[in-house]
Amino acid sequence: MFYKNKLTLAGSGIVVLLFVVSILAPVISPYDPGAIDLQNVLAPPSAGHWFGTDQLGRDVMSRMIWGARISLKVGFVATGLAIFIGMILGAVAGFYGGWIDALIMRFVDIMLCFPTFFLILAVIAFLEPSIWNIMIVIGLTGWMGVTRLVRADFISLRERDFVRAARAIGASDARIIFLHILPNALASILVAATLGIAGAILTESALSFLGIGVQPPTPSWGNILTAGKDNIDIAWWLSLYPGLAILITVVGYNLLGEGIRDASDPRLKR
Amino acid sequence: MLKYLVKRVLFMVPLLLGITVICFFVMHLAPGKPTDLQTQMNPKSSAEMKARLLSMYELDKPISVQYLSWLKKLARGDLGISFSSDHRPVSDKILERLPITIVINFLSLLIIIVVAVPIGVLSAVHQDSLFDKVMSVFVFVGFAVPTFWLALLMMILFGVQWGWLPISGLRSLNYEYLSTWEQMIDLARHLILPVFISAFGGLAGLSRYMRANMLEVIRQDYILTARAKGLSERQVIYKHALRNALLPAITILGLSIPGLIGGSVIFETIFAIPGMGQLFYMSVMARDYPTVMGILLIGAVLTLVGNLIADVSYAVADPRIRIS
Repeated sequence: MFYKNKLTLAGSGIVVLLFVVSILAPVISPYDPGAIDLQNVLAPPSAGHWFGTDQLGRDVMSRMIWGARISLKVGFVATGLAIFIGMILGAVAGFYGGWIDALIMRFVDIMLCFPTFFLILAVIAFLEPSIWNIMIVIGLTGWMGVTRLVRADFISLRERDFVRAARAIGASDARIIFLHILPNALASILVAATLGIAGAILTESALSFLGIGVQPPTPSWGNILTAGKDNIDIAWWLSLYPGLAILITVVGYNLLGEGIRDASDPRLKR
Repeated sequence: MLKYLVKRVLFMVPLLLGITVICFFVMHLAPGKPTDLQTQMNPKSSAEMKARLLSMYELDKPISVQYLSWLKKLARGDLGISFSSDHRPVSDKILERLPITIVINFLSLLIIIVVAVPIGVLSAVHQDSLFDKVMSVFVFVGFAVPTFWLALLMMILFGVQWGWLPISGLRSLNYEYLSTWEQMIDLARHLILPVFISAFGGLAGLSRYMRANMLEVIRQDYILTARAKGLSERQVIYKHALRNALLPAITILGLSIPGLIGGSVIFETIFAIPGMGQLFYMSVMARDYPTVMGILLIGAVLTLVGNLIADVSYAVADPRIRIS
């Protein structure tokens, strides 16, 4: 178990570090992320610019530090939306059962057997690409897993004695759903949320990389990588570092998520 | 069995209808019209001309009417005419690009199976060994790597630094002058990186799943029975356990198809491969509604058919499913 705990600790360390970096971005970034320096275009990493400069001479490290803010924002808002939708639909489906359940779950099936990335791409390109649209669309296409989880929890919980007791004293459906059953499903929701943030960050970076995500000059890890692709034969640092940042971030959230899962579900302990 | 098949195929129809309704409405409710590009760029365009363009593309009618007329055409196998300047039928545009996308996705599925299954099985059989630990790190990183970034790194390493592999397109410039054999090698060299990249994401998922399955199966009573009657470890693992662990993996493969198809947008754009994903990206950028709808439809059909094949082969392989 100690081995696992150490990994969870590493995961939370990464997540905390990201928060700190995002909050302190104006203080710790060595340069203004938008400062163009045409004397110093595509300079390789050096003591002055640790991660080099981009095609406009901007400091890559500073842009990555500000880019961390974007990832954090997208991850949290998109996942928050997905969790909200998934929680409500899953709770309603699991609690009431019958045709409501069937209807919601068929809708989940439709959304699941869809190449979601195609849909996201189409919708964002048709709406103006902006950070808010990205967050909303990623959220609107990411709630199916949560719905299934919450529904399964509700089905196993709704016949328990404490639910019957609540009903016996005349509690309303809404009260039973939100105050009595939902708190028992929080652990799995929290795990889904942590893993969902990782997924949302990956999707945002892919969209920004394709040029329909966060728009330049606002720095995001994905759109620095676009510059990396444009200068692939001369500037490897533009490709290497932002991708590493994405990788480490996603690993961090995944480790944290798995750690929470192991801690909350004693059956999984070996 | 036949009844099951018919039921499944019939169930696909409302599912597909649902998907097309969602796509169509979401797309058309978005602000802006595809004709904006043509009219805004042209200083001579008048309001009247704008209206004429809209009515030419039937964009001035209510969405429900547009959807029904799209559906009517679809029933005759007609996906409409592309809005882009070539004005070709959407079905032609898609059909000429579909084979390469399917070939790449098929190859990567093959690689996923051939590589991930042994990894999963060996990790489970030698649980907590060095191999298992190395592989679980690999799987964990595999889940977190943005594939487009991996593609960039591969391009830098194999294409730019070492110059071993071509990094874009499907054919070299001198393709026409090569012998048939050389042409095949040329094509294969162009395919290595895209296929590897598209397979990479699925590798982690399937090998982890196989490991978990295998671990569960090994603890079952019938494995104990097999050991008790004195079968060799080899027979126990590869005959009795593996077969049972492989079954649920079929479903996972079916579920991974949407991801593969969605991923083709990314790697076809990066590697400049003239496939369906690249066409989708270009059509989306040009607001070419009919082509976008056509590809969304084809993508959904491919996904549903993939799921169907997975479910049917599952039913064929597992008698318990067939009965219930």
